[in-house]
Amino acid sequence: MFEGVPLTWFLIVSTIMFFVGIYGFLVRKNLITILMSIELILNSVNINFVAFNKILYPDHLEGMFFTVFVIAVAAAEASVAIAIIINIYRRLVNIDVEKMNEMKY
Amino acid sequence: MIDFSYTIWILLIPLILFVVVGLFGNRFKPIVSGVVGTTGLFVIWILSLITAYKYFFLLEKAGDGAFQKLIAANYRWLNLTDKLHIDLGVLLDPISVMMLIVITTVSFMVHLYSIGYMHGEKGFERFFATLSLFSFSMLGLVVATNIFQMYIFWELVGVSSYLLIGFYYTRDTAVAASKKAFIVTRFADLGFLIGILMLSYATGTFDFITLTSANSPAFTSGQGIWFLGLSTMTWSMIFVFMGGAGKSAMFPLHIWLPDAMEGPTPVSALIHAATMVVAGVYLVARMFPVYIHEPVALDIVAWVGAFTSLFAAVIACTQFDIKRVLAYSTMSQIGYMMLALGVSGYGGHEGLGYMASMFHLFTHAFFKALLFLGAGAIIHAVHSNYMNEMGGLRKYLPITHITFLIACLAIAGIPPFAGFYSKDEILVAAFHHNKVLFAIEYIVAGLTAFYMFRLYYSVFWRKEVHYHHTPHEAPATMTIPLIFLAIGSAFTGFIPFSKLVTSDGFPLEIHTEWNVAIPAILVAVLGIIVATVLYLKENSIAKKIISGLGGFYTAAYHKFYIDEIYLFITKKIIFNLISRPIAWFDRHIVDGTMNGMAYITNEASGRIRKFQSGQLQEYALVFVSGAVLLVLLFIYLWTN
Repeated sequence: MFEGVPLTWFLIVSTIMFFVGIYGFLVRKNLITILMSIELILNSVNINFVAFNKILYPDHLEGMFFTVFVIAVAAAEASVAIAIIINIYRRLVNIDVEKMNEMKY
Repeated sequence: MIDFSYTIWILLIPLILFVVVGLFGNRFKPIVSGVVGTTGLFVIWILSLITAYKYFFLLEKAGDGAFQKLIAANYRWLNLTDKLHIDLGVLLDPISVMMLIVITTVSFMVHLYSIGYMHGEKGFERFFATLSLFSFSMLGLVVATNIFQMYIFWELVGVSSYLLIGFYYTRDTAVAASKKAFIVTRFADLGFLIGILMLSYATGTFDFITLTSANSPAFTSGQGIWFLGLSTMTWSMIFVFMGGAGKSAMFPLHIWLPDAMEGPTPVSALIHAATMVVAGVYLVARMFPVYIHEPVALDIVAWVGAFTSLFAAVIACTQFDIKRVLAYSTMSQIGYMMLALGVSGYGGHEGLGYMASMFHLFTHAFFKALLFLGAGAIIHAVHSNYMNEMGGLRKYLPITHITFLIACLAIAGIPPFAGFYSKDEILVAAFHHNKVLFAIEYIVAGLTAFYMFRLYYSVFWRKEVHYHHTPHEAPATMTIPLIFLAIGSAFTGFIPFSKLVTSDGFPLEIHTEWNVAIPAILVAVLGIIVATVLYLKENSIAKKIISGLGGFYTAAYHKFYIDEIYLFITKKIIFNLISRPIAWFDRHIVDGTMNGMAYITNEASGRIRKFQSGQLQEYALVFVSGAVLLVLLFIYLWTN
């Protein structure tokens, strides 16, 4: 399907996704959006893994497997993160990250 | 070969008594503690007598006819290396067996006496527990197989003495006295420890039998000139004697003993008259074969003993507290024992001083314990320590009166009482060694008779003073020990001591040298006559003599200002010149450095604490920027 697509293009896409995720993580105030940004970051990494595996070492499968692991961990992480967010909401009736500044000096 | 392994129980029974009475004594009536403690002491008294009988009469002598030194029990306590190990055990030789008798006899008598004397006191069972601890420590000290075991028990004795002097811990003077006794003896024990370390470093052993044997390493090692023209071994013996001088209240470490009279009177009788204070004499006697090879150290022993005996006898003539008179008298008599050791040689008739010293230790224990217990009975009857508040007590306290008189005659050296025989041997030994010391001892013999009979007349004769209630004789538990000890004081002089306890273990033939003994008796009688003239009836002669003596009397009355000199040295000199600068350095330089570092850290943290804002995204931004910077740095490094 992607025969003949050069590696660089994949990397360009994943880099764009990565920095979009970083940008979202840093500037959005909503915890859910921040969680989504983290997913973007993880998935950009996944693209890198798969692309390197497919193009540089076509007869190996480590990159694929690693991606599957990352997806599984990301799912687990999302469930934990959402549980935390729900608890925060119950306490503060708010999920604005800037309001959560109790743990300071 | 007779089995002596049971002697370990002589040590263990008082220890068990201490633990049991100390822990459970307060669950029962106080009298139970007293009876249990006294019964235990009775058992070990019997055991000690059996041991002495078996040791002196049944045990076969060594090949050459001397009493042998045998290890009855031994337990390797600290096995540090093959060569360096610390043992605990039981060593039986003539002097340790003799000390077993002295300690258990006096301790048993004092236990029995205390049941009556301490009756109704708060802390009755605590008193008996501590007495047991003391008996244990003292017995452990005398049977020590090595000098380190002796040091351990030496300190235990110091602790139990501290506890017993401070028995009335609600009284400030008693607390101060117990602290003073502990600190002064502790200071002396520092010297003892230094001596032990030097000795064992030079010889490579702690063991008494090795140290005192004929080819002891102490005779060959450490002989070179080391410091101030004396060898290592001489210095170590001097330091060891310092420990002994502290415990035995020798000048100038004597200041604790008079104050120690703050303790209950039975304690004074047991610890500060008969047993603990002779530990120093015992120590020198134990190390005697080594001392013989260090004439300088032995001369120090002799002169310190002679000076102390004269010094203390002079002070004793001026004191009014009857227990203090007896305390100074104790110092004086221990000075006699030290002197006798100091003038003694080794073996045969040369070793007469050694035998005399041990003999005097033995008889002194009886009559001095009797004097203290008698003083206790007097104090019990009139509730005062001061002889000018007493008088005419012979009517009210007949048994105390007779026993006290026997003790006074014994200590004054009037035949046939015990003190005469032992003191005579000391005088003979001094006579053959050093005429100056001999002259001092004659003076002291006269002074001893004088101050004892001054005390005796002031308490039992003179005009009767007005008492708040009629004095009454003490109960039987108190008079029985008095009678027993009076019998001891009267007859122990007849024990053929020279056959049993000698410097080298061989029996010795002695006879009374009347050319020495008769002047000694005359001097003692002279002292008694002077005391009779001055103190039998109220008269003004004593006052005239006192005003004639003027400054000397005042100085003696104030104990020659030794306490004041100590206070001056410690407070004015050591505190002001050494401690204060050190305290200032500690407070300002040492603490200042640490406080400065803490202050700088604190200030710096205060400045940068704002970074921890609690804003999650600020942290993330810093983190991402850092990561990006690192990546750029790596790329830059790789491409070049």
